[in-house]
Amino acid sequence: MSARAIQRPQPSPTGDEDLTQLRNADARRGRLVRGVMLAVALVYISALLVAPLAGVVLYALRSGLGTIGRTFGQSDVHHAFLLTFMIMAITVAVTTVFGVVVALVLARDRFPGKRFVSALVDLPLAVSPVVVGLMAVLLFGRGGWFEPFFAARGIQIMFALPAMILVTIFISIPFVIREVVPVLQELGMEEEQAAWTLGASRVQTFFRVTLRNIRWGLLYGIALSAARAIGEVGAVLIVSGAITGRTETATLYILRAFDQYQDQEGYIVALTLAAFSIVLLVGIETFKRRRTGEGD
Amino acid sequence: MAQVVIENDVRRPEGRARPPSGAALRRWSLRGAAFVYLGLFIVLPVVAILQHGFGDGLGNLRDALDSFGAKAAIRLTLEMAALTAIINGIFGTLLAYVLVRIRFPGRDLLSTLVDLPFAVPTLVAGVMLVALYGPNSTVGGWFEAHGIHIIFAPLGILLALLFVTLPLVVRSVQPVLLELDPAEEEAARVLGAGRWTTFRRVMFPALRPAIAAGCLLAFARSLGEFGAIVIVSGNRVNETLTAPVFISQLLLPTHYGSTGGPDAAAAVSAVLFGLAFVLVLATERLVSRDTERS
Repeated sequence: MSARAIQRPQPSPTGDEDLTQLRNADARRGRLVRGVMLAVALVYISALLVAPLAGVVLYALRSGLGTIGRTFGQSDVHHAFLLTFMIMAITVAVTTVFGVVVALVLARDRFPGKRFVSALVDLPLAVSPVVVGLMAVLLFGRGGWFEPFFAARGIQIMFALPAMILVTIFISIPFVIREVVPVLQELGMEEEQAAWTLGASRVQTFFRVTLRNIRWGLLYGIALSAARAIGEVGAVLIVSGAITGRTETATLYILRAFDQYQDQEGYIVALTLAAFSIVLLVGIETFKRRRTGEGD
Repeated sequence: MAQVVIENDVRRPEGRARPPSGAALRRWSLRGAAFVYLGLFIVLPVVAILQHGFGDGLGNLRDALDSFGAKAAIRLTLEMAALTAIINGIFGTLLAYVLVRIRFPGRDLLSTLVDLPFAVPTLVAGVMLVALYGPNSTVGGWFEAHGIHIIFAPLGILLALLFVTLPLVVRSVQPVLLELDPAEEEAARVLGAGRWTTFRRVMFPALRPAIAAGCLLAFARSLGEFGAIVIVSGNRVNETLTAPVFISQLLLPTHYGSTGGPDAAAAVSAVLFGLAFVLVLATERLVSRDTERS
């Protein structure tokens, strides 16, 4: 096997002209191989991503302006979008602030079990959202660990906003941390030390040096986090009860629309969410490119 | 503004290249905040699920597995996740190669498209697939007429999972491929190795940990996926019901088949969760070994 792999090309008896011909043939075959690979990649992406996106655009627009107007006129739809963006805003705020803290600890602190903590941070990426919903049920639902505590104080957690926010935070935890840690590791501490030498306080140094240096990585993480928070459905479905007009987010509205055979409303709201996510995607790509440049 | 601060600070006598005094205290408060955050939001829920799922030994799990459709749901989930990991392992590697090594107009657009599943809500991904491949659409109707069922069939579940996990392998392989020196491949080619041999013997060994890590992540993600599947699959017991949807039905009284309740759900969830944790640890190990070597 290996003998064949390292076999040298046969020396051509007629000299250079033949060799050039051989080389040209090889280059042609190389172009062909690349062309085929590119074509396969494009077909795969088209069938899996682009065509379905076009499909939903077509469906939503085909339902006509009347249906679109009626859909956005519903107070349920208003409430659903409001709720989705409220949950997203709170989630992003919490995961950003604490995410930076955890990233600082993971990138700069040393302690036993650090690798375990790092794996813990990645866990929400792999855990099923449905399981996350169940975790909240076990903690705050009937017979849950914390249910007596909150019930005694008249605080509603399950089937209300608090549980919906908690599960969304769980699911969005990894993004900021995962994007900021490598940037911090690459940067090192020199600039911070310089700031300290010049007498800047720790708080000043953080806001003027550290935060400035990690800003693109942080924004990238925030955009990913926001996208995930807007799109969450499994966990939120289980903890919210999906009460129309009260705990129904935009994704839960889509789910109900399809359950009740109101597909058109479902398509329209889905397209709106897709549009938001494409705006986020542009942000994601921009921040990612800036972040790559930031290390130098 | 900045000028003023610097002038003030230079006059400080104790300015030295270390954090201002009280560094140990500050480090512990930072550490403490990080641990409390992760402890409350990740460790506590995890302990709750393990305690409920396995608290009474394996009894809950046995009951849950005996309930109608549970085993079929878990088997279907494992099969679909494995297929997804394999298919996206192959196409993800191909896409990474195309993005890194081939220059063509629209490369940035293709790169952006690969990230689309990170941005689009998974439920919307499912809606998109129904819009295109559903029985009422032109494309779906054509497939249906030729006896290929996509939506409300396992093929639809597979498509949804492929959609959702597409970026994972690509983004895992791409950075490694970027650092790979094309000179090694050229050397192999000059020595007479064919293109396929060069890929198999020179590139693939270098990419293998990254491909494996991407596939593991895709597999783990597929095991738990709910949003993309719930609209696409039709959720028929014993046919197209996956484990996450099965768990959700145990928990939601509004759906049919809610016989087991939270305990049965916790048992099945604990199994899914255990698998996810093992997969994450394995991925972590693959990635860290890879970075140590380079």
